[in-house]
Amino acid sequence: MKQFIAFVKKEFRHIIRDNRTLLIILGMPVVEVLLFGFAVNMEVQNIRVAVYDPTPDAFTTGIAERIRQNSYFNYRGSVQTMDEMEESMRKGELDLAVVFQQNFQEELVHSGEADVQLLSNSSDPNRGSIAATYTTAIIAGFQREQTDLIQIPFQIQTENRMIYNPLMKSSYMFVPGIMGLVLMIICTIMTSVSIVREKERGTMEVLLASPLKQGTMIFAKTIPYMVISFIDFVIILLLSYFVLDVPVNGSLLLLFFVAILYITLTLSYGLTVSTLVDKQVNAVIFSAITAMIPVLMLSGMIFPVDNMPGTLQALSAIVPARWFIEVVRKVMIQGLGMTIAWKEILVLAGMTLFLLGITIMKTKKRLE
Amino acid sequence: MKTLKFLIEKEFKQMFRNPLIPRLIVLFPTMVLLVFPWAVSFEIKNIRVDVVDHSKSVYSKRLTDKIAASQYFILHDTPPDYNAAMLNMENDETDMILEIPASFDVDLVKRRESGVGVAVNSVNGTQGLLGSNYVMQIVNDFSSELRGELTQTLPPQTRVSVMRLKKMNIVPQYKYNPALDYKKFMIPGFMVLLLTILCGILPALNIVMEKENGTINQINVTPISKMNFILAKLIPYWAVGLVVMIISITLSFLIYGLWPGGGVVAVLISAIVFILSVSGLGIIISNYSETMQQASFLVMFFILILVLLGGMFTPVSSMPAWAQAIAAINPFNYLTTAFRMLYLNGSSLADVSGNLLALGAIAVVLNGWAVFSYKKRG
Repeated sequence: MKQFIAFVKKEFRHIIRDNRTLLIILGMPVVEVLLFGFAVNMEVQNIRVAVYDPTPDAFTTGIAERIRQNSYFNYRGSVQTMDEMEESMRKGELDLAVVFQQNFQEELVHSGEADVQLLSNSSDPNRGSIAATYTTAIIAGFQREQTDLIQIPFQIQTENRMIYNPLMKSSYMFVPGIMGLVLMIICTIMTSVSIVREKERGTMEVLLASPLKQGTMIFAKTIPYMVISFIDFVIILLLSYFVLDVPVNGSLLLLFFVAILYITLTLSYGLTVSTLVDKQVNAVIFSAITAMIPVLMLSGMIFPVDNMPGTLQALSAIVPARWFIEVVRKVMIQGLGMTIAWKEILVLAGMTLFLLGITIMKTKKRLE
Repeated sequence: MKTLKFLIEKEFKQMFRNPLIPRLIVLFPTMVLLVFPWAVSFEIKNIRVDVVDHSKSVYSKRLTDKIAASQYFILHDTPPDYNAAMLNMENDETDMILEIPASFDVDLVKRRESGVGVAVNSVNGTQGLLGSNYVMQIVNDFSSELRGELTQTLPPQTRVSVMRLKKMNIVPQYKYNPALDYKKFMIPGFMVLLLTILCGILPALNIVMEKENGTINQINVTPISKMNFILAKLIPYWAVGLVVMIISITLSFLIYGLWPGGGVVAVLISAIVFILSVSGLGIIISNYSETMQQASFLVMFFILILVLLGGMFTPVSSMPAWAQAIAAINPFNYLTTAFRMLYLNGSSLADVSGNLLALGAIAVVLNGWAVFSYKKRG
């Protein structure tokens, strides 16, 4: 035990003396949480819209005016020809074009029907369809005002309530994701690279000559990293709460417990990587790729897991960040407790044990 | 020129001495393009709904059936009261609660209007909004159905006005991606992501590795110019990036039938300018780092910023002004936009020339800095 403590102390000194690395490890989450917390959101705004109106009349100019005044739209005026419209859309300068038919008002008054086409740049399908939906709502609103009825009969109002996130802030959704991503990257690279570095430089051999068992030694190495990562988590949490206004509705204790579990898991993953490679470059490449891409794509950080096809949902189950992000959303935002969170916690614990098991097995093999 | 040739040869030899690298260049793009495009979708289906029906009337049943029949919704349960439904939401068994008041049918028949309540889990704001919009659409459909059926019950004056309601036919047409296929939108983004990771991480580790191994001292005592040294470091990544691009272009055609309307040449030219800028960034990081660990943290730090503020996942136009200012110097943003235009909009090289100029300017600045920050004195 005494040896163990001495070893942990030694590792702590190593890390603290490397000012630059320490600054990077502690500074990186601060910058990223602030950047992404404020900037990353799915809202569709600044829709650049133009109108093609061959025969302007009271109705078409009325609709164009409504669109111009709407804060979601960035009104670019009217285009004279369809070719002009096509060209600016192809150049990526236009998101939506409202195309009125010839003699719009006349048609509407005489035949009771008139056509308006919405050409929506849907290379981004989300943006394309939402832009069309907004425009449809504006035109429908204008249409309702043109009737002589006080009220259209048999309307059913829907009263919407947004549960858990009434202001529909994107940060509620992204902050847990950013936590999962940043911790995963830092912890994995930190452990894998530092251990592989000792292997590469041969200092590992020196350590192996010490009376401490190799397993114990490796765990002693990870303890300082655990402390630093936990500090990172606390920093992210404080920034989320005080700067990004993300609530902590559930138990803070439970949240800390989950964080420590996840940090242990990601550090164990780093250890596992270090047993698989013997060059620092490869440790970095392996950690960077496996820690970043699956978290971005499969964890539910950006794209909801429920929308994925079955095979990918199954694949996402082996991504630790998926379970961490889910449980953090439940505890932090939804304010749920252990009765709901136990499932994810169990999965995270199981994964940690599995990875530690692999690491111990691999390490023993090397001793033989 | 001759020195440069030898230096480049050295770099290639060094690169391929690590067996992971050639495998990485081939397998990584293949894996990413094969698997991840299927994961991206904002289209929400299978929203689980609990209907709390206090009215238990013909009309409320019809509305419930309409919701259950929609492709967007799955009727999860019909609990007796709101609290029971809320408990289901807390247990993550349902996403949405539709509450139909007891007076629903009476209101419809007597007052000719009624209302329903919708509560939706909006931790994911976009999903919450889309879900409640879908409900609203169904409810509106239902009310115009009723208008058709119950016209006869209206007083004559209103009936005439209802018949005379004017109709504007709003026809949305989704250009460039009529099937609203999210994969098509994301695949050009994945190509940029692959280039960023491979041509960003590898150079970032390169010089610092020579520092750790001590081989940089051997270079420093030779008369090789700083310019040649950095150029020799950069050029192999062009080769790496081009191989990655060729694999990506081929795979996305074979698997997803996606081919750049703007031409393969335009895609490759844009990629070359881009690779120069991210590799330059990598070299700068390498020059300033003391250890590979530092370099790897720094390069990941910048890659995350490039990617998440680069418009691949979330639109740049919805970011606050300061973040848009960052996007204006973000090479990732320029290439993603250019690739999407070339692939989806059928834009030509001339249409994306603005993006290429910006990329070129970024590349010049970054590589100038890379040469400048490489110090031959230890």
